[in-house]
Amino acid sequence: MYDIAIIGAGVVGGMIARTLSKYDAKICILEKENDVAMGATRANSAIVHAGFDAKEGSFKARFNVRGSEMMEQVAKELGVKYKRNGALVVGFENERSEVEALYERGIKNGVKGLSVLNKEELHAIEPNLNKELTCALLAETSAIICPYELTIAAIGNAMDNGAELLLNFKVEGVKKDADTFRIVAADGREIEAKYIINAAGLYSDDIAALTGDCDFSVHARRGEYMLLDKECGNFTERTIFHTPSKMGKGILVSPTVDGNLLVGPTAVDIDDKSDNSTTAEGFATLREKAAENVYGVPLFKVITSFTGLRAVGSTGDFIIKSRDGVITLAGIESPGLSSAPAIAEYVEELLVKEGFSADKKTNYISTRKPAHYFRELSMDEKNEIIKKDSRYGKIVCRCESITEGEIVEAINTNPRPTDLDGVKRRTRSGMGRCQGGFCSPTIVEILAREMNAPFESITKFGGDSIINYRKTKGDN
Amino acid sequence: MSSCIKKDLVIIGGGPAGMSAAVAAYDAGVRDLIILERESSLGGILKQCIHNGFGLHRFKEELTGPEYAYRYEVQVRERNIPFKTGTMVLDVSSDKIVTAMNSEDGIFTIEAKTIILAMGCRERPKGALNIAGKRPAGIFTAGTAQKFVNMNGYMPGNKVVILGSGDIGLIMARRMTLEGAKVEAVCELMPYSGGLARNIEQCLNDFGIPLMLSHTVVEIHGKDRVTGVTIAKVDENRKPIPESRKYIECDTLLLSVGLLPENELTKAAGISLDRITNGAVVDQNRQTEIEGVYACGNVLHVHDLVDFVSEEAEIAGKAAAEYINGKRGGECDVKLVTDGKVRYTVPQKISSADENVTVYFRVADVYRDIRIIVRDGENVLINKKKIKVAPGEMETVTVTPEMIRGMNGNTLSFSIENA
Repeated sequence: MYDIAIIGAGVVGGMIARTLSKYDAKICILEKENDVAMGATRANSAIVHAGFDAKEGSFKARFNVRGSEMMEQVAKELGVKYKRNGALVVGFENERSEVEALYERGIKNGVKGLSVLNKEELHAIEPNLNKELTCALLAETSAIICPYELTIAAIGNAMDNGAELLLNFKVEGVKKDADTFRIVAADGREIEAKYIINAAGLYSDDIAALTGDCDFSVHARRGEYMLLDKECGNFTERTIFHTPSKMGKGILVSPTVDGNLLVGPTAVDIDDKSDNSTTAEGFATLREKAAENVYGVPLFKVITSFTGLRAVGSTGDFIIKSRDGVITLAGIESPGLSSAPAIAEYVEELLVKEGFSADKKTNYISTRKPAHYFRELSMDEKNEIIKKDSRYGKIVCRCESITEGEIVEAINTNPRPTDLDGVKRRTRSGMGRCQGGFCSPTIVEILAREMNAPFESITKFGGDSIINYRKTKGDN
Repeated sequence: MSSCIKKDLVIIGGGPAGMSAAVAAYDAGVRDLIILERESSLGGILKQCIHNGFGLHRFKEELTGPEYAYRYEVQVRERNIPFKTGTMVLDVSSDKIVTAMNSEDGIFTIEAKTIILAMGCRERPKGALNIAGKRPAGIFTAGTAQKFVNMNGYMPGNKVVILGSGDIGLIMARRMTLEGAKVEAVCELMPYSGGLARNIEQCLNDFGIPLMLSHTVVEIHGKDRVTGVTIAKVDENRKPIPESRKYIECDTLLLSVGLLPENELTKAAGISLDRITNGAVVDQNRQTEIEGVYACGNVLHVHDLVDFVSEEAEIAGKAAAEYINGKRGGECDVKLVTDGKVRYTVPQKISSADENVTVYFRVADVYRDIRIIVRDGENVLINKKKIKVAPGEMETVTVTPEMIRGMNGNTLSFSIENA
């Protein structure tokens, strides 16, 4: 019996799990995939927005501004990279009034560090922009972060504090008995919990329906991205948006916190919530739109392209409500990542209103060892570690310089990855320019060894994502 | 290891280029040298190339990749040339300080008098291709699949489509077939293959595997694992023709779409690269723009045959030895320029007229009944007739000291002209 079951191990579920894990309560996180951060959290713009573009008085505005204020501290505690690089919303002369309107809205939302730049000021601070742009909103508090790094760290921290993570647990039924819920998974597993927190992202409407709430729906909006080589990471210093449309914030060009350059997303509403395909049209749109704002984006330096699916709610705002022991969080599209810490704080309040009470743990750990601590060390510090554990001297991923020691450590740290992509998201091995060409066989070997599992059982991302079918020779 | 080691010669990479350079340098008198190799044994990519066909030029026999590598490893060992395996070079500075790391010594630096860059190349990954569709398991570069099959002993696919007809793709078409997979097709975007003619014959034609020229993969299907690909014919501008789209059921897509010299360290040292080769700009000694730093093998330009890698590495090894012995600079400065039909030359410049210089080059397209012309201004120095040249086969011409000494200008122009 759990006190709280959180459905969905994305950034929202993860931040909630971490916030609630300070209580002396039994918490589980139910995730349908083979790892955490596999939905919208895995593929988005990776921006902590300042909070100027959501409508005044909306949940989006409220939680974005608060979340943005909280994020630096959260990232610090969790050992997650965070960089306040600032954002520019750029416009042509005929868009000046929209830029100014954004400024006004930002002030009303309580965003600090906003200013409107004229043409000279704009091009002085970002030399690679389209010279025809004449105005911009500068948001100094806008930041970049890695969303799955944040989520892995938050869930890892919650687990270090006792929360349990049940993977491949696809919720198919929720039954209410007297005071508790029985939650049934597709594979027949069943758990009981007193409270349900529905943070199921794209599928939060389906989960809500299982709890008797059919008041809203969620659909998928495809966003395609191109990620460029680290050589291009300084192409702009800030995140560059164009003045927004009703489909979102448009196509941005931004450095990532790991030093690459990101271009995207497109915005196309689709019916299939699992369709994360990239399209030829999407690539064409990215090429065209990126060029409107930034001159000469070196798109030939693309190292990978991918599609994220935003969970768009039917109300236009975040859908956050609580009733009869169920807290529902739906339609957490942008600025969902930025808002996640503030949403978690609010969920804690809602839960208490729903009757939840527990003592705070005396042995609560609020911090987590940074996932990438090793690379930040000095030569002498690294040598100390290599002396104790020689695996830290052995490079496995040559593009990102990741050692076997770091990989083994990641495999044995909460939440433990069990597939190739899981190791990649935790260590960045395979994320460099060769995209895992050299290191993936070695990482499969290490995973098999550490998990004491057969080589051919190691998958790319769980399910049927088989990497090797059989041995070439001998017993099969 | 202390933090202040000095070496006359540091060779980065213990593959065919690095080993051959080391042997040549040793034989020219260098004793204070070391090879740094990132993998756990010498041999480089040859370790996983278990097919034969290596060494026809060098040894006049058909060796497998590991056998070819072993011949050089024996020479390294006979000379007691020191090498460190499992050692990754992290940085090379412009003043020739090499920073490396391994399990035994941790991170250490070497102050080198000369450096030979022999890091090899890597395969162009899928990401760079912008193929539409999903991102399931089952998409590998041909070399990754080769490692799974030949080194790990596992089969990464049963029903295979190969995009790109580079040599590794051709070799893997045969290899996967021999291990029981069905290779449905090899699609090549260009109207000709970038692979060697002998590989097309021995790896595709002998096994009835179709080579579909002017075809590409336009979409990948499958959620968890590849379930199929859509291919299409491309027009003369390499744009897919929608009406020609065709679905092929398969569980694996192998990519053999080009090799990229691994020049991260070269760039770290501040050495500028040739836009076409993606390798350093070098003179006939394979010296880069930093004196005493040389590059050879696939890190300099992608070779078709390892035999030529060995040959090139010997040049670099000998030159490093001469530099260590105090020989400096050249007496001339001749630039080699190309007409576009000749895509690039290596070397890109000649700084001495002591010896014959073999100039390697590749052409941009398939040309028939042509002449390779090398001119000094209007003056034709070389005029070589060829029935056919192709981008997949490296060509050579020899520039003699007499030609260099007799030059009026300081530019040698390479062109392909009708016979």
